[in-house]
Amino acid sequence: MKDKVAGIIKKYGGDRSQMVSILQDIQAEYNYLPRTALDRLSKKMDIPQSQVYSMATFFRAFSLEERGKHIVSVCLGTACHVRGAGLILESLERQLHVKRGQTTPDRGFTLESVNCMGCCATGPVVKIGEEFFGQMTNDKVEPMLNKFKE
Amino acid sequence: MNEPVNLTINGVKYTAEKGSMVLKVARDHGIRIPTLCDHEAIEPYGACRLCIVEATRGTRTRIVTSCLYPVEEGLVVQTDSPRIIKNRKMLLDLLLTRCSENKVIKDLAAEYGLERPSFREEYWEKHNCIVCGLCVRTCEQVVGVSAISLVNRGVSKEPKPPFLERAKACIGCGSCYYVCPTGAVKMEEKNGVRHIYNWKVEFKLKKCGKCGMQWAPEAQLEFIRKKWNLEAGFFDTCPDCR
Amino acid sequence: MPGKLKTAKALAALHKKLAQEMDTGKCRISLCNGTACRPYGSNPVAEAFSSEIAKRNLADQVDFKITGCHGFCERGPIAIIEPGNLFYQRIKTTDVPEILEKTVLRKETVERLLFRKDAATPAVARQNDIPFYRNQQRMVLGNNARIDPTNIEDYIAIGGYAALAKTLFELQPDQVIGMVKESGLRGRGGGGFPTGTKWDTCRKAHGDIKYVIVNADEGDPGAYANEGLLTGNPHSVLEGLIIGAFAIGSHQGYIYVRNEYPLALKNITLAIEQAGKLGLVGKDILGSGFDFSVRVNKGGGAFVCGESTALMASLEGKPGEPRAKYVHTVERGLWDRPSCLNNVETWANIPLIINNGAAWFSRIGAPGNSGTKIFSLTGKVNNTGLVEVPMGIKLREIIFDIGGGIRGGKKFKAVQTGGPSGGCLPESLLDSPVDFDSLTRAGSMMGSGGMIVMDEGNCMVDVARYFLTFLEEESCGKCVPCREGVKRMRQVLTDITEGKGRESDLELLSELSAHLQDSALCALGSSAPNPVLTTIQYFRDEYEAHIKHKKCPAGVCKSLIKFAVIDDKCPGCGLCVKPCPTQALIFMGKKKPVALDQSKCIKCRTCYDICKMGAVSIE
Repeated sequence: MKDKVAGIIKKYGGDRSQMVSILQDIQAEYNYLPRTALDRLSKKMDIPQSQVYSMATFFRAFSLEERGKHIVSVCLGTACHVRGAGLILESLERQLHVKRGQTTPDRGFTLESVNCMGCCATGPVVKIGEEFFGQMTNDKVEPMLNKFKE
Repeated sequence: MNEPVNLTINGVKYTAEKGSMVLKVARDHGIRIPTLCDHEAIEPYGACRLCIVEATRGTRTRIVTSCLYPVEEGLVVQTDSPRIIKNRKMLLDLLLTRCSENKVIKDLAAEYGLERPSFREEYWEKHNCIVCGLCVRTCEQVVGVSAISLVNRGVSKEPKPPFLERAKACIGCGSCYYVCPTGAVKMEEKNGVRHIYNWKVEFKLKKCGKCGMQWAPEAQLEFIRKKWNLEAGFFDTCPDCR
Repeated sequence: MPGKLKTAKALAALHKKLAQEMDTGKCRISLCNGTACRPYGSNPVAEAFSSEIAKRNLADQVDFKITGCHGFCERGPIAIIEPGNLFYQRIKTTDVPEILEKTVLRKETVERLLFRKDAATPAVARQNDIPFYRNQQRMVLGNNARIDPTNIEDYIAIGGYAALAKTLFELQPDQVIGMVKESGLRGRGGGGFPTGTKWDTCRKAHGDIKYVIVNADEGDPGAYANEGLLTGNPHSVLEGLIIGAFAIGSHQGYIYVRNEYPLALKNITLAIEQAGKLGLVGKDILGSGFDFSVRVNKGGGAFVCGESTALMASLEGKPGEPRAKYVHTVERGLWDRPSCLNNVETWANIPLIINNGAAWFSRIGAPGNSGTKIFSLTGKVNNTGLVEVPMGIKLREIIFDIGGGIRGGKKFKAVQTGGPSGGCLPESLLDSPVDFDSLTRAGSMMGSGGMIVMDEGNCMVDVARYFLTFLEEESCGKCVPCREGVKRMRQVLTDITEGKGRESDLELLSELSAHLQDSALCALGSSAPNPVLTTIQYFRDEYEAHIKHKKCPAGVCKSLIKFAVIDDKCPGCGLCVKPCPTQALIFMGKKKPVALDQSKCIKCRTCYDICKMGAVSIE
């Protein structure tokens, strides 16, 4: 892991201003921000641990906990909200038995919300991995999840 | 000294150095403006909003935080206009709802005629910290170790040690405790050990070789000794005995 | 692709060559594969076109181009076919062979793919005849359909970077600023500040190192105008940025793109790379001696980073906390240096002004509000998508003439503009002109272009609660009024939606609103009250229904509504029974109405949405 983190830092020229991008690359690599990676980052870039932790907890894109294999993102933007996105979220919470922000015990799914993905015409929208599901209704939730269940 | 400028505060004319902040100028002249997140040794932050004043430039009046507003020629300031008082009262109302049992906040609120929050009792909370950031800013700007930081954002924002574990970079100087306006930082010395509970740290206190008084954490002294390149044993005696 | 272009002449020559190559006379298909079309399956359609064309060896008969957003997102996947300006909608992968055989080879239209307002209305074949498009003025977004955003040659073929060449070789910085001032262009990010004045102040600010920044952190939920523009025509933004940098005297730029826009990030990064290879960005641009480099930064999922000082903090590698702006960022911004930050759409307008002149631009739109604005028109309208209209057009025209009115035959109730910093405007204001000043006077604001239409099925108290919930999550937490005040407002509104509202709540909300407007540190906090204030102002009766009568007239607030089966409408088909998540619906036998066990009902609306007979009521 040490080398991977060092590699990512090098990619951004060790530039502190690229901190968000550096953290995102680390998260893309491990599906979350591992403690050891952050410690390594703090040491290598000579940034106090407290400040790295601040960055990791301020931005919602980052997760300090291991996430599931499939990230289920529900859009809660205004356009999706007026078309009933809140009910879709509740439906997902019921089906996955987790609340927003949590991961299923088998680490299969993490349920997150996003405030607008830019697909407002097809709302309500759910994204799983790289796949988009538009015009969601409650009855479409179970078949959608089944596509990803193993 | 920078070029002097003339400004008016509460109807009285004053002269001040260009670029200095309204709050400092007011205080230099004995005008009282309440603050919570301000400290003379730390860069102003503008978080508590208590120091707001009405500032008029030409025809435009707006509400600004005096800690960060630079004086300029012809500026007219009102520190206690009805609009300001109303806003300060609501500010304290909000703080009191958050810190409903904190003495400092209760006393300040009472000064503005607020005995209890306007909000429903179900909303009242019992925090002591008002997230003014003084502890964190002091640790970064004065002590220079950045042992703690403000984590999360929004309503869950608060000062915490990294990863919510013992703050490893802390030297136990207690600056955070001294600078906290509401007593939210809990520090205690027991049996030769200083505890700062918020950051989960404890430090053995150094005993003076001469008088035996336990006067400062060993870690803090070692930090200072190294920083200023002082000889080993420099701090073996306390300042009184030296 | 050729190597670096070392003179303006070389660019002009390349343009001529590429323009000729583009004008092959072949049939041309432009398929939108932008973000908003993806949930409709535009990607598989794109792949189908590519593979079918290859399979049938039709490359010499048809030019197939994958483009960014065409605007009519509601009908995606969409394609435009030239010659003839033919518009096809809702294309499926199975339609592709027919399109190639009929339209490309035999010049015949595939009737079922044409636009139709509804089954009863005749189809419209030409894109420019479709009311959605006819009533717009797509001078900024229109080029999306002509270019592949991942190929700089397309942009150059349609005249791209000519404005840059003109700027570098024929104009002085002061002249450029003069043109922008004279054009009347105002910031398209929401603030509406005169762009020319901003540039002028930045140019005159002390310091040799200055920065230009593109704010592509379009965080307003429901607004994706910037996304469509940045993804579909990244070079237009880049070109505008370089021109601005020249005018201000900056040699370093940053493009801050929010994390939730991966396609935009990809396309702008590629655009910079390609522009660099041609010498259009980097050292000694087109041999003019002007150096300019630009870097793309990703956001981290924080709405507050759309605020200029928070954005700059994030660029410095710190959490996105705003700071006081008593000293403007054009004087002291990024790393305390003069920084000129503008919105994506603002930058994209610059090449148009340079190419066509300030006078031309100033004549478009309305006095004091020149030019066009791109809106993301969404919600309960028939025609959702990205629309570009001249400033000063009436709200009614956008929603009804372009938007096609309210879907499902429902009644218009409100339109929300400006995102969480804006407000909800009622029917009585539908004849308001859409411009910076009029919207602000009405209590709302332009914002970055979100325009969300609501109907009788939306509860305005719920909408206010929604925005405050959003802002509570996005507040940076630094200042007391916003951190504590927004939370309390959200709590009060939630109580109102749950039937726990009190008579004194409206006054409390008004007082808190005034406090936030006066004392919050940044615009997130100071404009947070807008949704609340506008809904109380224009929909007070709804608040009173919730507070006094514990009723939700729109049938939304769960604690105040009850679902019921309308016995004489229910044929007993049982379609609703299985999907009910709590088995609250009980099948009673054929031709007998279904029974609803209220104790199990969680009011999820599944049955209401599924029932084809309208046999579920919300009381």
